[in-house]
This record gives sequence, structure tokens and C-alpha cells, in this order.
Amino acid sequence: MKPVLIKKGAEASLYLAEWHGKKVVIKKRLPKKYRLPELDERIRTYRTVHEPRLMHEAKKAGVPTPIIFLVNVKKATIIMQFIEGKLVKQLLENVSESQRLNLCIKIGESIGRLHSIGIIHGDLTTSNMIQTSQGKVFFVDFGLGEKSKELEARGVDLHLMKRTLQSTHFRFAEECFNTVVKGYSEILDAGTAKKVLAKIKQIERRGRYVSERKRRLK
Amino acid sequence: MCVSNSRETEGTIMNKKESADARYCLGIESTADDFSVAILTFNGEALANVVSTYTAKEGGIHPREAARHHAETASKTLKEAFTTAEIKPRDLTLIAFSQGPGMGPCLRTGATVARALASYLNVPLVGVNHLVAHIEIGKLTTGAKDPVTLFVSGGSTIVSAFDAGRYRIFGETLDIAVGNCIDMLARKAGLRIKKGTPAAATVEKLASQGDKLHSLPYSVKGMDLSFSGLLTAAVRLFHEQKCRLEDLCYSFQETAFSMLTEVTERAVAHTEKKEVLLTGGVAANKRLQSMIKTIAEEHSAKFCVVPKKYAMDNGAMIAWTGVLAYTYGMATPIEKSFVKLRWRLDEVEVPWVK
Repeated sequence: MKPVLIKKGAEASLYLAEWHGKKVVIKKRLPKKYRLPELDERIRTYRTVHEPRLMHEAKKAGVPTPIIFLVNVKKATIIMQFIEGKLVKQLLENVSESQRLNLCIKIGESIGRLHSIGIIHGDLTTSNMIQTSQGKVFFVDFGLGEKSKELEARGVDLHLMKRTLQSTHFRFAEECFNTVVKGYSEILDAGTAKKVLAKIKQIERRGRYVSERKRRLK
Repeated sequence: MCVSNSRETEGTIMNKKESADARYCLGIESTADDFSVAILTFNGEALANVVSTYTAKEGGIHPREAARHHAETASKTLKEAFTTAEIKPRDLTLIAFSQGPGMGPCLRTGATVARALASYLNVPLVGVNHLVAHIEIGKLTTGAKDPVTLFVSGGSTIVSAFDAGRYRIFGETLDIAVGNCIDMLARKAGLRIKKGTPAAATVEKLASQGDKLHSLPYSVKGMDLSFSGLLTAAVRLFHEQKCRLEDLCYSFQETAFSMLTEVTERAVAHTEKKEVLLTGGVAANKRLQSMIKTIAEEHSAKFCVVPKKYAMDNGAMIAWTGVLAYTYGMATPIEKSFVKLRWRLDEVEVPWVK
């Protein structure tokens, strides 16, 4: 089977291929022509090294992620398990309310697990989540991830999830996010979750032109 | 200034031609350091677009000082607009003003002028969102129909695209705007800036002579960006390591613009739109233009950059957006025309966009 391009993202290209009899995804970070070569190499190398590391740790913490088979830093290439399923981005728009909320709970729990072991996903959008036919929700694309237990990083991470819901799934944004938070609070303790939520409020207020922003931040 | 596709309709705003529509809209822009008055016909022909800019003696924009400048130059700017447009105040059909977001004292000065004119002439008033106006004038001047917009200026850094009735924000800065960041870098590195030239132009010129890339924090968080760490690191690099000013500007620009381009590319990939619109004061930067053009081409999207005159803050964009809103039955009663300092782009319904 020849590798087939399945997604040309902004950051990397994904190919579906066969590797030792298994269906795999080859993630290749192609050089970006707009960036200076040395800056480009720095960014691609960093992300290629860090992504598999984070995915592996996430899996250990109980967040479904693809298995990593091979990493080639020089070629900025990662070979990983192919996850067969549906993108949460499409599912959210097309399933019943109860299924939608169930999905959001799972997502919230997974984010909670990631944060509790100090992983920040960095790109929590619904295009980076895949539900398999067994109902497992896989998290992919840890390319912008980092290790941190800071409230700020956690807040920004979850805030991005909220922003994605608002921009892509605006019809259900509020109920979805509240449900994600519910799942999240069940994994992290309620006190920490509360602090993260307060942080999100602060991040929103810090954002430019937010009507809730007060003159003095507490 | 759209690349790869020239259209007949392109740049209608720039050409003075006989207009069948004798309805005129006056637009007042006063969100920050520019006070601008423009007169447009209802089909988007600019008869006048006068800009008066406040320059701070030192440091950044002082809102109260800027507002004082606006108040002092308002009548002169208005008079000049009417003289250039060759119409009388009585000929106006509509008055539009920038209602937000921006600096309070500046916004209030513009709004006061607009309210006074509207009530004196007894014509309807429309409050316009400054950010929507930047996108609308960009579409009018470049012929773009449904673009992913990168809006970069001293006050804003936003990646936006239209979806379901509003311009949605796909990415934005989490702290300071990129234009603000460039200005502050210029000041903190003690760049000598000629009076009347924007700091960004000086930074661009120096950057073009740099060739050594220093490592600076590259901060992309999903679709959002952060520039404050980059600024701190750049200033520290300059003061502690005594790197050449040229290399400092070069490293700063390469890092900041790569971040902007990455986020814009993500929005283009995500929305699959076929146009990319670059606007705002920083859009004049040639290096940023070439980076955005590269990703537009890679996604077979058309690259459009708004002409400088209409990419900077200007009254024409306010007048044009006022016309669009008014045509869809929107007007702002004077008692509801208070300014909105933090009016977000994605709070505004834009029923004229299909």
C-alpha cells in the first residue's frame, strides 16, 4: 500500500500507510517555506521529540492516544497507530443531545487526567479528538503540548477548548463546555477545578476588548 | 491589491467616478491616535478621507492627550472633508462613527462630534464596530468576498473568518497586540525614529539588514498567540548580550511573524476558505506580506493585502460599514450611542454578509 495523504494540516501532513502489516499514520512535519530554515528546524525538531513523549505519558494516565511505533527526528517524522473512528468535530453536530453530553463528559475527564499528570495538550480542538466504534475518545496531535502544572497553562488549555466550542459548535457551546467542566472536575479535585475555572475567567478578562474586563484585575 | 486575480470591481473606492447614487455617508474614526473623517457615496466611492494623527511627545499614546488632539482638530478635519468631497453637510444621508473598541476619551470625542452633527442635521446615526469596519473596507478595496482575515495593528491581533452571521475569532493575542509589541521594542531598545515615520517602519528597515537569528520564545497556544514574553526576551537580549540592533529587529520580526503566519495558516486549513486578507497597520510590512502570501499559495487561496491608506485607521471604513448596516435597517438612536471600549468583533451581528 502506497502512503496516502489523509490530511494536510497547517503544521504537518498525515499519511495513511502500511507498516509491518499494520495500518499506520505517518506524521511528517514538512519544512515551512515562510519560516527561516534555522527557526523552522528548531520548531519542527522540538515538536517531533516532544509529541511522542507526551502521547506516551498520556496513555499511561489513561487517556487514549495512538501507539507510537517510530520517531525519526532528522526527518521530523512520527509513525503511529491509525485510529479508525469519527472526528468529534463532526459528531458533536450530528448526534443526539444525550450522546453529545456523554461525549463531553469523556472529553472533560480526559483533559482532567492530562492536567493531573502535568500535561498540557496545547491544541484542544474537536478536530483533534476521534471516537472509535467502541466509544473510546482518542486524543491526537500533541504537537503544541508541554509539561506544566501551572494554573495559567491549565487555564489557557481549557480556555482553548471553550473557544473551539464557541467558534465551531456555537449552537451547543455553553452546555458542551459546562459538561466538559463537569467531567474535568470529577478527575481533578473540585477545588483545583474551581481554581482553573477562575483562571479562565481571568484569562478572558485579560483578553482585549472583553466587556467583563474591569479596570483593576484582582 | 489582490494577487493572482484582478477584477474589474477591484479598488472601486479609489476611483472618483460619476455616481448614480446621490446618497452620502460621513464616517468618523477616533478609536486611538487617528482622528479621521471620510465621505462616501452609498455605493462605496470615497469622495474624501481625511486623517489627522496625534503624535506623542514621548512614550506611547496618552488617551487624554490624543482625545484633546481630536477635539482640537475635529472642525478643521470636517471642513477639509466637505471641501474635498464638494458636498454640503445638508447633503448627508447618514452619519457613522466608531463606537468601539478603543480608548475611552478618544472614542467619546468622536462620538460627541457624530451625535452633534446627526442631531443638528436631523439624519440617522450608526455606531460601527471598528474591527468589523477594518474587514469590510478590506473586502471592498481588494474584492475579497469571504476571506480569512489577519488583522494586525497597534491595538489588535486577530485571525477571523465569517461563519453563521458573525465574524468569528479563530485566534487572537492573549496579551499585547503585535503592533504594540513592535512599538515598545523600538522604544525600549532606544531606536531613533524620525518624526512622522511609524516605529514599525524603522524596525522593518533595520530587520532587512540583519542576518543573525537569535533564539526568542515562539509562543503559539493553539490558535492564540502571546507576545509579552517575546518582548521581554527581546529587550533582555538587547541589553544583556549587546546584540546588533539589526539582528535584534531581524530575530524579533522572524519570530513574531512566523507565529502570526502559523496561526493564520491553521485558520485557513480549518475553514478551507479560499482567500486570505491581510490588514491593519502592521500589514504594510513586506516580510509579513511575503510570509502570508506563501501560505495562501500553498492552500490555493488568493492573497489580498489592503492598501496602506485603508489598512490604517481611517474614516472611510467607518462610513462604508455604516452604509452596509444602514442598508440592512440598522441605526443607533442617540440615547443608545454610548461608546463600547471593549466591544468584541464576535459580538456583532453582520446581516449584510451572506
